[in-house]
Amino acid sequence: MTIPFGLVVPGLPHPLLAPDDNPGWATIRGAFDGLRARIAASDADLLILYSTQWFSILGHQIQADPHPEWTHVDQDFHALGSIPYRFHIDADFAEAYNQAAQARNLHCRTVAYKGFPIDTGSIVALKLLNPDNRIPAVIVSCNMYADRAETLVLGKAAADAIAATGRRAIPIAVTCLSNRKHTRPVAPADDHVSSMMDDEWNRKLLEIFSEGRLEDVSQLARTFDGQAHADNKLKAIWWLGAVMGQHNRYTGDVMAYAPIWGTGSAVIALTPSAQEAGGHEFDEEDVEVYKGDREVLQTDPAPTSAPAPTPAPVAAPAAPAVRDGIIRVQAENAPKPVGAYPHARRVGDMLYLSGVGPRQPQTDAIPGGPIRDADGPRDYDIEAQTRAVIENVKAILEAAGSSLDKVVDVTSFLVDMDRDFAGYNKVYREYFEDIQAARTTVAISALPTPIAVELKVIALA
Amino acid sequence: MSEPGRVIAGVLAPHPPHLIYAENPPQNEPHAEGGWEALRWGYRRLRESLARKGDYDVIVVHSPHWKTTTGHHLLGVPHFKSLSVDPIFPHLFRYRYDLNVDVALSEAIAEEGRKEGLVMEMMRNPDFRVDYGTITACHLARPEWDKPIVCISSNRAYYDFSDEVGNAKMLALGRATLRAIEASGKRALLLASNSLSHRHFTTEPELPEDMSAERSYHHGQYLWDMRVLDLMERGKIRELLDIMPDFIEQSISECKEGSLTWLLGALELPSYPATVHGYGSVIGTGNAVVEWDPARAGGAA
Repeated sequence: MTIPFGLVVPGLPHPLLAPDDNPGWATIRGAFDGLRARIAASDADLLILYSTQWFSILGHQIQADPHPEWTHVDQDFHALGSIPYRFHIDADFAEAYNQAAQARNLHCRTVAYKGFPIDTGSIVALKLLNPDNRIPAVIVSCNMYADRAETLVLGKAAADAIAATGRRAIPIAVTCLSNRKHTRPVAPADDHVSSMMDDEWNRKLLEIFSEGRLEDVSQLARTFDGQAHADNKLKAIWWLGAVMGQHNRYTGDVMAYAPIWGTGSAVIALTPSAQEAGGHEFDEEDVEVYKGDREVLQTDPAPTSAPAPTPAPVAAPAAPAVRDGIIRVQAENAPKPVGAYPHARRVGDMLYLSGVGPRQPQTDAIPGGPIRDADGPRDYDIEAQTRAVIENVKAILEAAGSSLDKVVDVTSFLVDMDRDFAGYNKVYREYFEDIQAARTTVAISALPTPIAVELKVIALA
Repeated sequence: MSEPGRVIAGVLAPHPPHLIYAENPPQNEPHAEGGWEALRWGYRRLRESLARKGDYDVIVVHSPHWKTTTGHHLLGVPHFKSLSVDPIFPHLFRYRYDLNVDVALSEAIAEEGRKEGLVMEMMRNPDFRVDYGTITACHLARPEWDKPIVCISSNRAYYDFSDEVGNAKMLALGRATLRAIEASGKRALLLASNSLSHRHFTTEPELPEDMSAERSYHHGQYLWDMRVLDLMERGKIRELLDIMPDFIEQSISECKEGSLTWLLGALELPSYPATVHGYGSVIGTGNAVVEWDPARAGGAA
């Protein structure tokens, strides 16, 4: 994945439509202008925006109209004037992002409707940062119910899509910091941050930003929101941090900070760096897949449409990589699959293991020897092979948070029933006599590798 | 001296775009197989009730989906014609509207609002796109679009600090609206375009109008809605206002946008019974079509 730098920019229309009415608005506009030049000088081929002003309810929406066009008027600041726009949207990337989001269990879709009301924040950012549409863009919505976990997963899905498509992308969080707007008219020249508390918290956050500590800001979002009336809980920073890798290794450049209609608005660039400003502290769990609506008002919800996504298995000592119920175990703990399949797949409370053989993790050696080599058939030890198979099964189960005593059904495949059944059965008894899993043993003509035995297992998760 | 203006009816007129989608009016691009009949039939009963009251001059609507923070804004351009695409449910609502605005009454309401100490602003930009909450409520109450409208924005800034303060401001805006209507000599239909409980499901069935999937998000929301509707039907509006902060907090009610409170202010806190024409859920939220007829207060009918 290649991200030359990431940005935080405000989405209010004043720097676009009235920059000269207030020195702070002009400062913000100047910072936008500086970023525009920096973007133009980069080799980025995609701008990817998350705007707190585009609300969604049904999961997340991704703009996919290749050339959205309209004359926009802000619902609050209509007196500042109209904003005609025509943008270049990377519809292919929008679909890639949609697919990546769905792969992480998010409810997501693309939208491409004539006249779709693109939000003021996205319009302002694109008009100021990319006025000639030299670089195509994609915009993703801010779900009003999304919590930190869902927003992080949305950011990780963006990273997935960037990696999968090979784009050089600049992620842009369109958000204010504190977001308390004036409730009574204020002359532009008298604009100020609504409260001293908001201003103090904004400056604290900017100090951390200036040290390149994006992940620390992300972790502070809830505290900041409770103190300074954050713009949509700073969800945009959660998203940006997840897109950019959830760490603090950036060079932070706070290019401008000023009030816009009572809000704390800042223009910030974060450039990846080898230096890390201190270790970050994760005080909240990280998440890889979205686990569904939290059903905050409900303890026993009936399904309304799609069934609740399958919970991901709990990470066990081997720390499986999990996506959509798929379990892959690290190479040091289980043999590498020989085809396009995972070690196991979890559906509901059940674990379905792929066929497991005796090969040793890392070395691929076959305990008890192979059944043949280049010179033809060889003698081998079926008991050693069987023991190795069951140990591999055990490792996979434990990596998925289960264990051998939760096995409910075993299908055993032997390439030579007459020769091997007794030895296989002896070792099997050692492990399974007390477990009493259902079992079926069948003879087959061959297995893909020179092994004599393979087990197919179903277990409780 | 001409006869003073009056409110012919005040209506809680929720705006889920699903209701228009389900009706397949010619203005809306998507096509549905139906759905949400309990509410759509409620609107039909409302229209029949309004028809029995005789003609009126203007529709005044307060919409949660025109959101402002610095004051209450009113449309100040005589005519709007454009396409409204719901940014949240664009697959359901892409509606071509063509409407007239009663700018004189809008300005009069703004002036009366200022006398209440409220910040009032006229929206004069002809490129402005009218919000879909306004369009939905007006279409469902009067699909002929033959009456000019007054559209008032939702300013929830005060609610962000305190629901009690927010309600006080909206009652003041309601009083200002009523005074302006009375001074205008016009007969006005008032529409408060908000839902009751307002927690949505964040997924929907593959077919949005699949009614086998439609239900309240939570039984607690339903109970709150029923409690509120019971107070309306018994004319217990002061009690309703007393519990509204709790209602807003516990059912995530859209009353936080102020429309209902504005309406109750414009109706002078009615103590006469309201008529519940229909109740139903839309993607989990609670919605009711409720009519107050000032004639039931003993005034002129």
